[in-house]
Amino acid sequence: MGVKTFAAIDVGSYELSMKIFEISPKDKLREIDHIRHRIDLGTETYTTGKLSHGKVDELCRVLCEYGDIMKSYRVSDYKAYGTSAIREMENREIVLEQIKMRTGIHIDMLSNSEQRFLDYKSIASKGESFNGLISKGTAIIDIGGGSLQVSLFDKDSLVTTQNVRLGILLIREHLLKLKPKQSQYAEIIEELSGGQIEVLEKLYLKNRKIENIIVVDEYISNAMAKKDRNYLEHYIDKDTYLNFVREIRECSLTEMGKYLQMPEESLVLLFISSVLVTKLLQTTGADRLWIPGVTLCDGIGYEYAEKNKIYFATHDFEKDIIDCTQNISKRYMGSKKRGETLEKIALTVFDSMKKAHGLGKRERLLLRLAALLHDCGKYISMINVGEASYEIVMSTEIIGISHAEREIVANVVRYNYRDFDYYHDGRSIADKHSYLVVAKLTAILRVATGLDRSHKEKFRDITALLKDRQLVLTVNTPYDITVEKGLFSSKAAFFEEIFEVTPVIKRKRGI
Amino acid sequence: MAEKEKKTDYTNPKYYSNRELSWILFNTRVLNEARDKTIPLFERLKFLSITASNLDEFFMIRVASLKDMVAVKYDKPDIAGMTPQEQLAELDRVTHELVNAQYSTYTRSLLPLLEKNGLHVIQTHEELTKEEGEYVDRYFKNNVYPVLTPMAVDSSRPFPLIRNKSLNIGALVRKKGEEKELEFATVQVPSVLSRIVEIPSHSDVRKVILLEEIIEKNIDQLFLSYDIVCAHPFRIMRNADLTIEEDEAADLLKEIEKQLKKRQWGKAIRLEVEAGIDKRLLKIIEKELHIKEEDLYRIAGPLDLTFLMKMYGMEGFDHLKKPGYTPQPVPEMEGDGSIFEKIRKEDILLFHPYQTFTPVVDFIKQAAKDPQVLAIKQTLYRVSGNSPIIAALAQAAENGKQVSVLVELKARFDEENNIVWAKMLEKAGCHVIYGLVGLKTHSKITLVVRQEEDGIARYVHLGTGNYNDATAKLYTDTGLLTCSEAIGEDATAVFNMLSGYSEPRSWNKLALAPLWLKDRFLSLIGRETEYARQGRKAKIIAKVNSLCDRDIIAALYEASTAGVKIHLIVRGVCCLRVGIPGVSENIKVRSIVGNFLEHSRIFYFENNGEPEFYMGSADWMPRNLERRVEILFPIEKEELKQKVMHILDLQLKDNVKANVLTKDNTYEKVDGRGKERLDSQEAFCQEAMERAAGREEAYHSRIFIPEIHIEE
Repeated sequence: MGVKTFAAIDVGSYELSMKIFEISPKDKLREIDHIRHRIDLGTETYTTGKLSHGKVDELCRVLCEYGDIMKSYRVSDYKAYGTSAIREMENREIVLEQIKMRTGIHIDMLSNSEQRFLDYKSIASKGESFNGLISKGTAIIDIGGGSLQVSLFDKDSLVTTQNVRLGILLIREHLLKLKPKQSQYAEIIEELSGGQIEVLEKLYLKNRKIENIIVVDEYISNAMAKKDRNYLEHYIDKDTYLNFVREIRECSLTEMGKYLQMPEESLVLLFISSVLVTKLLQTTGADRLWIPGVTLCDGIGYEYAEKNKIYFATHDFEKDIIDCTQNISKRYMGSKKRGETLEKIALTVFDSMKKAHGLGKRERLLLRLAALLHDCGKYISMINVGEASYEIVMSTEIIGISHAEREIVANVVRYNYRDFDYYHDGRSIADKHSYLVVAKLTAILRVATGLDRSHKEKFRDITALLKDRQLVLTVNTPYDITVEKGLFSSKAAFFEEIFEVTPVIKRKRGI
Repeated sequence: MAEKEKKTDYTNPKYYSNRELSWILFNTRVLNEARDKTIPLFERLKFLSITASNLDEFFMIRVASLKDMVAVKYDKPDIAGMTPQEQLAELDRVTHELVNAQYSTYTRSLLPLLEKNGLHVIQTHEELTKEEGEYVDRYFKNNVYPVLTPMAVDSSRPFPLIRNKSLNIGALVRKKGEEKELEFATVQVPSVLSRIVEIPSHSDVRKVILLEEIIEKNIDQLFLSYDIVCAHPFRIMRNADLTIEEDEAADLLKEIEKQLKKRQWGKAIRLEVEAGIDKRLLKIIEKELHIKEEDLYRIAGPLDLTFLMKMYGMEGFDHLKKPGYTPQPVPEMEGDGSIFEKIRKEDILLFHPYQTFTPVVDFIKQAAKDPQVLAIKQTLYRVSGNSPIIAALAQAAENGKQVSVLVELKARFDEENNIVWAKMLEKAGCHVIYGLVGLKTHSKITLVVRQEEDGIARYVHLGTGNYNDATAKLYTDTGLLTCSEAIGEDATAVFNMLSGYSEPRSWNKLALAPLWLKDRFLSLIGRETEYARQGRKAKIIAKVNSLCDRDIIAALYEASTAGVKIHLIVRGVCCLRVGIPGVSENIKVRSIVGNFLEHSRIFYFENNGEPEFYMGSADWMPRNLERRVEILFPIEKEELKQKVMHILDLQLKDNVKANVLTKDNTYEKVDGRGKERLDSQEAFCQEAMERAAGREEAYHSRIFIPEIHIEE
């Protein structure tokens, strides 16, 4: 039939929602149903780190109902993701296991960077306008309850992405404590958010020409859709948006509620969102906006369609991750050329070793990131490059990869410089799988680093061939490679230990 | 002019009529049908019976609640500025008048006519001949006596429970051979037996007597050791306004069952007695039931005229009845193919009872069996006994479909019925939702989700009337069958909301009460006002059953003042007043009371030459707009719009069954002299038959009537 029915579940901080999609090459993502249940998980886990029995019960009850709804649509597959409320839970694994046993629904946790990446995919899922927009300087503003994510694009690539603690629920809490009059709302919100936006501007926005803003949010899109559904389909100019904001600000909350047909509790959040967007519009000087009204569920559906090869994105999301990583490296004065050489050698080795390491596409991506970031720590210390690089990677968000994956990258970067810690040493790597991935990628990266010892890119042109228990690296270079050859064995030892394969350097004959 | 417009306070009570008094006017219009000589005799009996049952319900709900208000000293004035006390005082006067009119119609017009047409109603048992007397005595002994439960009252036995609405015979009795004081005794006239008993007759004239007369004649048989001093029928009405504390009632179902039992025990608010009742007997009843003088109704005739409905059903007098009308097949539904294919072809407008309700039942029946159907969701408010819809839903669940049914337990007087069905559906595996806390679900919507070749498709039925195949033969209602994607999405969202999930982020086509429906109406009215002010085309036509929402009325006044032409077709209560200078000069109100109960709600807004049509489940009453779940849906296909326009058009031209509201707040029949007679209900019957027979032209020729002209 070519049509697959898929359910995407978002266990959010304040809402448990599910979208039912029909996915087909023809219609792509067709939303069939959108079910939302208000449940405040965030307040509990943010403050106590745990979820009360009552909340777990409610969560299970609604998830069971969602299970029934899935059944009624004969859904063939589903994906459930938990976001920040789940992340903040200390006993997360236990509760998620409980939920799985009680409801049959398995919930995966998304780290902030993964979640934002999905949000960002959800925009792409909404169509062609996306590619058109990001060819120019574009900022994606992803407004969440706890934080705000700002991602910058230029010439089709992701330049940077930053997380700012300016969630609308957080701001609302402050606002309610102050009990201002409605007329003071805008001023107070601007004051509350001003400092952080200024920092953002200084560090990342300055000197960039941003023409478009894409807003991922629930409230503005909702309100604008009530006024005119077309607003969600296309970009609108700055004045249309500002007029709309002025219009709603001029009436009381009650009038606003009637006008927009929104419950009053949402109105304050709408208000806050609109102030933030206005502020960012002014800061960036952008003159067009697109508020597509997408949700995480759209991104989940999109990701599923992609993974299952039902249809493909016209946009290369992996490239965004690489671009973003290169920009991080650049910030710490990493050499682009060196990173690329290392990346190339490492990937050559990786690809030739497939049978020996058994790793997949995703690990390959992680290796690339590790290669690009391999010496970012130099910026801090020339002696402690490994540790410093590790710390930098651990505290820098890389969009599109999970926390666990980032940990792998950080460790590979670290062990590239210092001795490897074996699993029983009780060091930081949490699970065996990650440990093995780190070991294998470290071994490969060490070999690559060994081949590029002199930083002169002598080994740019290299081929690799796995033969018996030998990895033959044939290099095509006019340079002298005595140093590399001589010191190679120390770097190759770990490789041999991990794979039982000996790397051998050969110079291409005829040169 | 503009300034003057601003100064008028459209909510001023003097611009409004009291709701209860307006209702009395409605019942008077029904009574007028019983008095209309042009109507076949037995139909007139039916109308009289309806006025009686209407009045019973009115007392149990409206009068009772006013009395409750007075009891708790609530004295906020109503929309027309009357306090509950004032309303009761006024009602006391007009209901007594109404009852007098009922009985004068019965005794002065209908009884003699029945006599003339060969049906003799024996008024009292004293009129029976010896032979007839023997017959009724035998009838009493064999049929009646076994089911009677006589009760005497003395110092050791308390005053018995007199059941709400039941007919009883009270008697004063005295122990035989003793000179002791009089005692009170009572017996309920059993409701399991027919009120009308036919007596064999030797002539062409058939004879009937009422059951209570037979019991009265034989009352000595019930109290053997007593002398009967006197015996007279009496009847009471109790407060039946169910108030359920939903927040406290953990299990709504149980709570309603409990309340139902209580209903019989509510405070007595009306006592009807035979006009010539013995004073001593009356005094006892009044005292025991705490009846005040104003709540006493002395009736010159048989109590409880609802027996006339049974008389209407008597075999034989067909020439005195309106020939029965058979709802006609819907042409769009004819031919081969599943109902889904037909709906996919085009949106289908249904107009009951002129057209049959079968498509709606078939819609659910076919969905229950169709292997491609995944889910059926429906709201049920009042269903018929033995409802084929319930059976189909149960079958669907058994066939493995996901069936969700919202059964409204709070449907007045129907709770008992609904509980039974709800339980049965649950047993069959349906997901049953027992209404929403604090809200009655009055909307009528069915959603069928179907897995088709190219994905999920949704089929929706939306209506103005209940999913009740029995009342669909008597109530005029409209409905829409569609597979519009936009409406389908909204329908899914409606059921998500009814299941307790959040409201969708936006609605495509439907407007829902209690969320936004009222605002929607106000903005639609407001838009016309704006257009009128700009000198553009502006007109509103609305057909509802009741109009008593202050905000809506005020908006209509404002629109009228701005120059919007407003035509209202309001069957029942109308708190709006017409012809007030500077307020409602552009508003005309008419009420159609016909053989079928007018029930559909249709709304027309001119919208500067691009008319919009809506239908829905909601009247313009605060309870519909604020405390119920209601749905308003648009009619968007051009052909269907024309059909709807035609419906409104004929109703506005009706000069037989229409009553027009006048400046002095009374209703007058339209003066049809010199005009072609037009009974809209008749015309609709005719058209439906013609359409079913395939003679579309006759129908179409009537559609294109550009301007509506209504004679005052």
